[in-house]
Amino acid sequence: MKKRVVVYVVVHAILLFASAVVLYPVLWVVRLAVSPSGRLTEAGALPIPREVSLESFESFVFAEDFYGRPIFFIQLGNSLLVSGAATIVGLIFALSAAYGFSRFAFPLKNVGMRTMLVSQMFPAVVTAVPLLFLLDVLGLFGTTAGLVLIYATTSVPFSIWMLKGYFDVIPRDLDESARLDGASSWIIFTRILLPLVRPGIGLTALFSFMSAYNEFIMASVFLDDVTRYTLPVTLQQSVGGFDPSWGLFAAGSLLLSLPVVAVFFFVQRQMVEGMTAGAVKG
Amino acid sequence: MSVPLHFEHVGKRFGETIVLSDVHFSTEPGELVVLVGPSGCGKSTLMRLVAGLETLSEGTIRAGDRVLDHVPPQDRDVGMVFQSYALYPHITVRDNLAFPLFVKKVAPDVTAKEVQRVAEMLSLVPLLDRLPKQLSGGQRQRVAIGRCLVRKPDIYCFDEPLSNLDAALRSQIRVELKALQRELGKTTIYVTHDQVEAMTMADRIVVLHKGVVQQVGPPEELYLRPNNRFVARFIGTPAMNLIAGTIDANRFIGGSIGAAVAAPREGKVLLGVRPEHVLVRAAGRFEGTVRGIEPVGEAGYLHLAVDGLEVDTSAAGTSSEPTKKGLLCASVPGRDAFAHREGDVVRFDLAEDRLVLFDPDGGERLG
Repeated sequence: MKKRVVVYVVVHAILLFASAVVLYPVLWVVRLAVSPSGRLTEAGALPIPREVSLESFESFVFAEDFYGRPIFFIQLGNSLLVSGAATIVGLIFALSAAYGFSRFAFPLKNVGMRTMLVSQMFPAVVTAVPLLFLLDVLGLFGTTAGLVLIYATTSVPFSIWMLKGYFDVIPRDLDESARLDGASSWIIFTRILLPLVRPGIGLTALFSFMSAYNEFIMASVFLDDVTRYTLPVTLQQSVGGFDPSWGLFAAGSLLLSLPVVAVFFFVQRQMVEGMTAGAVKG
Repeated sequence: MSVPLHFEHVGKRFGETIVLSDVHFSTEPGELVVLVGPSGCGKSTLMRLVAGLETLSEGTIRAGDRVLDHVPPQDRDVGMVFQSYALYPHITVRDNLAFPLFVKKVAPDVTAKEVQRVAEMLSLVPLLDRLPKQLSGGQRQRVAIGRCLVRKPDIYCFDEPLSNLDAALRSQIRVELKALQRELGKTTIYVTHDQVEAMTMADRIVVLHKGVVQQVGPPEELYLRPNNRFVARFIGTPAMNLIAGTIDANRFIGGSIGAAVAAPREGKVLLGVRPEHVLVRAAGRFEGTVRGIEPVGEAGYLHLAVDGLEVDTSAAGTSSEPTKKGLLCASVPGRDAFAHREGDVVRFDLAEDRLVLFDPDGGERLG
């Protein structure tokens, strides 16, 4: 009994400490965001603000450019549009490829899968120059479509790997049964397998949405018009100059994370649904 | 219309592994043929070759006059019930049943009528709007059969359809399935590893071992006149006793046992005798000591140690219930089994008209 109490206390102490380590920087961001001045110099060890003010949020959200355009909302729109479109385009390609890799035998199948894995191992910057060249040739430099294309293609390999795992666990009996009934590969793909990999689609969509939504390097290289910026670019610029505005940066970061949190909750429900949907046999 | 199936020197290899070799037999139209054998004997592969889910390495499979070898699965008119049932978990029973017709672009009203007909036939009507996960094992199985029936195929394939059901349900569905097959009158290939299932359902049984057909015949023939030692041991529970001995002038001698047999040759043999042909009675000529008793209700089995007797168990590895090593298994009525105690000495005879002889080396039946 006594031993159990000790274990309980020790385990919880460790967990609390770990949580504190994780939460500390986040709390600091919150503190900065709600401080009136938003200056780092007033920092103490504890992330507790002396005064609370929503000034930074206000100036971030209602920022206007030289022409009086609501720049935050335009950029938020850009971010959502680019990430959403990249997710959809990437998923369409990844789903059909994952189905192929999971269900068909063809030469160099394993080599293909591994090559895709290797392509994920290079830092994004390495591909920036060739991509810049490509987009220029395609006439897509500086455009939203160009960025969508880049995000979609970079997310495809990872998505294929993930989705293939979901396809692999669906029993082949289902395909074979459908095939005996006369179903084509397309019908099997769309009518049988896609509904069954829905939890996988949700999770993959979340990942590729998040990576596109948070991506900064490519966006900052390929975009040169403020009205086409995505939010991470603006965010970086708020602390990039001689007078870094950390309050603005912190407030912006929190706002930036809201849609991702929302998407996560939406997808999470789908994932749980998928898990409880019941096995094929059982 | 019902068509016969012809397997002509069928062989199947996966890379270096030979799964089936020189499978050669034909079915009658409308017949229920059971493929039986231990795990890995190639029975499921043979069925998948019929369905077109695997490609032949050698030989030909014909349905009537039609060569099936290069016909895609959907054009073979073969319906298959999978071991896992392969129900589509995300759609209702109704949609599962309708799927084959949906694929064929059959008009919705015709589909609805057909689904209703099959559902009535299999008592699935109250379940039509449920999802597969809301059904019991037996109900799922009926849906799987129903989905097959909707297509009205010429040939039915059942891949261990009862293996996921509990024992009570299994014997019930066994009867139902057989009745259904009779009603449909279609050629049916039925795969199982359970020899009891094979015996009770089959018009004819095909015993496979390591990809080679051991014997094709009606259950009775396999039981009474097994072609070889493997079939003798595989068919029947408990397995056939194989007693080592020699033939001398049409008389078998093995330990303290002797029996008159019509032997085609002299020398070493194995004598096959079913447990129920070891007749335990007070006036018996031979004597054995009870070493084990298995009362199973209506019958019971005595495992007897007999002086000088060598009971061969070498081919028993694949049988579900090998004879206890060196012991002779005798079948007795249930209440007699309860009366015996280990260590009892009992007397018995062998039913001499029921004995089978095997070659001790090759294992094939003599005579």
